Amino acid sequence: MNIDKNARYLQSHEWARKEGDLIVIGISDHAQHALGDIVFVELPKKGATIAKGKAFGVVESVKAASDVYMPVSGTVEATNDALAGDPATINRDPYNAGWLIKIKPSNPAEFDSLLSPTDYEAQIKE
Amino acid sequence: MKETRLHDWHVRAGARMAPFANYDMPISYPLGAVEEHLVTRRSVGLFDIDHMGQFEVRGPGATTFVSKLVSMKMSDLKDWDARYSLLLNERGTVIDDLFIYKLPDAWWIVVNAGNRMEDWEWFNKHKTAGVELVDSSDETYMIAVQGPRAIELMDKVSEAKISEYPRFTSGKTKVLGIPCLVGRTGYTGEDGVELFFPADKALEIWTGLLDAGEKAGIETKAIGLAARDSLRFEAGMPLHGHEISQEINALEAGFKWACDFDKEFIGKEALLAIQEKGLQRKLVTVTVTGGVPREGYEIQSLQGETIGKVVAGMYCPTVKAYAANAFVAVDYAKTGTELAVVIRGKPVPGVVVKRPLYIPAYRRAKE
Repeated sequence: MNIDKNARYLQSHEWARKEGDLIVIGISDHAQHALGDIVFVELPKKGATIAKGKAFGVVESVKAASDVYMPVSGTVEATNDALAGDPATINRDPYNAGWLIKIKPSNPAEFDSLLSPTDYEAQIKE
Repeated sequence: MKETRLHDWHVRAGARMAPFANYDMPISYPLGAVEEHLVTRRSVGLFDIDHMGQFEVRGPGATTFVSKLVSMKMSDLKDWDARYSLLLNERGTVIDDLFIYKLPDAWWIVVNAGNRMEDWEWFNKHKTAGVELVDSSDETYMIAVQGPRAIELMDKVSEAKISEYPRFTSGKTKVLGIPCLVGRTGYTGEDGVELFFPADKALEIWTGLLDAGEKAGIETKAIGLAARDSLRFEAGMPLHGHEISQEINALEAGFKWACDFDKEFIGKEALLAIQEKGLQRKLVTVTVTGGVPREGYEIQSLQGETIGKVVAGMYCPTVKAYAANAFVAVDYAKTGTELAVVIRGKPVPGVVVKRPLYIPAYRRAKE
């Protein structure tokens, strides 16, 4: 299972990575593997403000629909619209081409409270 | 929980396993359910369907017994012919759906795993003089080989030329040197065969077919139950417990074609009465944009009233559509009717479309 060493994680398998003053959010390789083939993604509208811990979208695999949660509170600056045509991008490249949203954090300190790659790796090995 | 004799093979192949009809079955392999679906549509898929049951009906009373028991015409079947049929109760609702092969010395009937016990009781309850029933499920293994290149593959490993078996017929021959009943049947919408053979040969035939495919340059992959479901769904074939069940009558499920009203069969009177009265609801296929419809989701009219429920829904990889099968009030059953599927509390626009979404190979061959 791949872990992006430059990202921070939630226990619920979302990753967050700093990109300038924005934070990019997606789901981990472990999560895409557990879900199986992803066939649909529902993302929030640009400009939406969503609090840490709240669901911001849904990732649907062949067998189930799963909510995805905000690792950090903020305003949605960009959504990965290419996923609509090819949601399986998340399966192939969860940390790069398979990103979900970019947000402007309202409380950047929240980022530091996320799981480190080492802690996340330990969690999924349990 | 039961296991098939290929259970260890599936686990070693990295399959995601889950219970289905009390069997621990492969749902998908690392290839992924979508790609498994597409491989079956373009080349060959192998399906471990040993959970399915097989009954043999023998004796001088067998033909009359089978004909009375099932909905479809049986009297015109010649030796080796095979036909789909429904097993109905007196209310005209569906106990099971069956594939029936007329062999020279017996009727060979394939039943669904989840209904095997109930079917067996039903068969015995209605048994007449001169009929002998045998449940051959445990000693029989069943594998389906499906896809546009399945027959080409079968010709390479069989003593008989399987390509000379017409659709919906069967024959006894050797496959990889092992005696098999080979039916040119299946449940994916593709050409192909279903193999029945002694259960202790399961691994030999399974790996033998995969090897033969590789040697011949015919892409051949193991396919899990998730892709089996999307394949049958696209091709408009019902899955018991979803499009058909003991709560659903044959007519509202769209199976008038599978009922021969010129003969006597259990459920006939009920169906004639239902027809006379008119249907309350009908099975429709609905495509939506904006989410995956799933079993249990509500169907609404554009005015927001509840008009039905989804019985099966998924992403369909070949036609690239999100689709549901649902029972809706008859007024909303016409092709082109706009309605909504409630996905996570939100009505998502949908439209009733013609079923099947994917024309099965045997129908393409006829048209």
